[in-house]
Amino acid sequence: MRVIKYDDIVARTKALCLDANRHLPADVFGALKRAQEQEVSPLGKNVLDTILENAEIARTKSMALCQDTGMVVVFAEVGQDARIEGGLLTDAIDEGVRQAYDEGYLRKSVVGDPLERVNTGDNTPAVVHVSLVAGDQLRLTVAPKGFGSENMSALRMLKPAEGVQGVKDFIVETVTKAGGNPCPPIIIGVGIGGTFEKAALMAKRSVLREIGSKHPKPHLAQLEEELLELVNKTGVGPQGFGGTQTALAVFVDTYPTHIAGLPVAVNINCHVARHVEAIL
Amino acid sequence: MLTLTTPLRDVKSLRAGDEVGINGVIYTARDAAHQRLVKLIAEGKPLPFPVEGSIIYYVGPTPAKPGEPIGSAGPTTSVRMDGLTIPLLEQGLKGMIGKGGRSPHVIEAMKEHGAVYFAAVGGAAALIAQSIKEVEVIAYPELGAEAVHRMVVENFPVIVAIDSEGNNLYEQGVATYRDPSLKEAK
Repeated sequence: MRVIKYDDIVARTKALCLDANRHLPADVFGALKRAQEQEVSPLGKNVLDTILENAEIARTKSMALCQDTGMVVVFAEVGQDARIEGGLLTDAIDEGVRQAYDEGYLRKSVVGDPLERVNTGDNTPAVVHVSLVAGDQLRLTVAPKGFGSENMSALRMLKPAEGVQGVKDFIVETVTKAGGNPCPPIIIGVGIGGTFEKAALMAKRSVLREIGSKHPKPHLAQLEEELLELVNKTGVGPQGFGGTQTALAVFVDTYPTHIAGLPVAVNINCHVARHVEAIL
Repeated sequence: MLTLTTPLRDVKSLRAGDEVGINGVIYTARDAAHQRLVKLIAEGKPLPFPVEGSIIYYVGPTPAKPGEPIGSAGPTTSVRMDGLTIPLLEQGLKGMIGKGGRSPHVIEAMKEHGAVYFAAVGGAAALIAQSIKEVEVIAYPELGAEAVHRMVVENFPVIVAIDSEGNNLYEQGVATYRDPSLKEAK
């Protein structure tokens, strides 16, 4: 059985947190450049120029792209033939987060109790989603999530008869209501089906997909295209100042569901769409 | 691009959509600091900075690296401050910097008191930090990133989002670019 050491998980999580907060993924940068070219609103074009310039400054000066360095979401896929030695996986991840946010001059944005609201001082705990997979490796995906966009996310339990039109209407409504708050242009993750929590998790996970990648199922690939076109008709535009570039991508994931239900979750990510992964 | 120097006096000439560079001093406050400021006003106690003619920036920056005045410092969502804004407008607050729309009651109070709401580009925090030259925590250091900071800024880049007549870029912009084939927003 392959051994993965606690200390290696700490070090890797730390490196991923620092990287994610300072470097915009290449696919997001490319999508923002295309949006800048395609935007019709002159002010929207200026905003997109500013966003692109910000990414360059953050990269060259090793600064955080956004001051909201987020609550850290981690997807950990653990190969069931691997054994983690030296401590708990979640403790290792939290230690990596702690070190990155302290040494990397990142903002500590986590409060320990949601009602008492005292800052934990080190940006822990992370939100960790663990899944068991085949093999003997550990895949870590680190996605710090800012709350300007998280707060604009929504979940609704539709009636089955509302169907695909109901799904479309809900997404357009969510994006329109959100306006400039989630820092458009946004990336939209949609989870359809499953149960209440399954839909939310699918939505969260699907925003990690590479921009430009097509859904393997043709009817969902087509739905993603239609949804992107629809949300870009809302007029929200860059920062909500009006324009044609409201979203850079819409990603859909689905799961079988109950005969009585049609859960739909919409997770909105801002243009600072941070996510990096590593395999141990 | 227009330039403005603090303290602000008359902001009536500013129009929604104007791109502006701000020079001078601005103060930061987010949710927690707003609650404390409003409590001081209600108790008739002095505030930690002169509110008359001032600008409040809704920001919680990242920590400064050694030798730097500040870390990344972009705007946070303004609507969270809407329930706590009017007492400050009544004290003579002239400008607010944040991101996203404002509630109708805040816009009405802005018209009444002659104040303006600026948007900074959300997520452009490293770029915005380049225009912040000096920073000092002047109140509530225990709030960390949410403390009240006094910032000296040069050509701080903002856009007039809602002007003192209530013209609202968020509404005007969306109305201009919304595709008529789309059903009315619920």
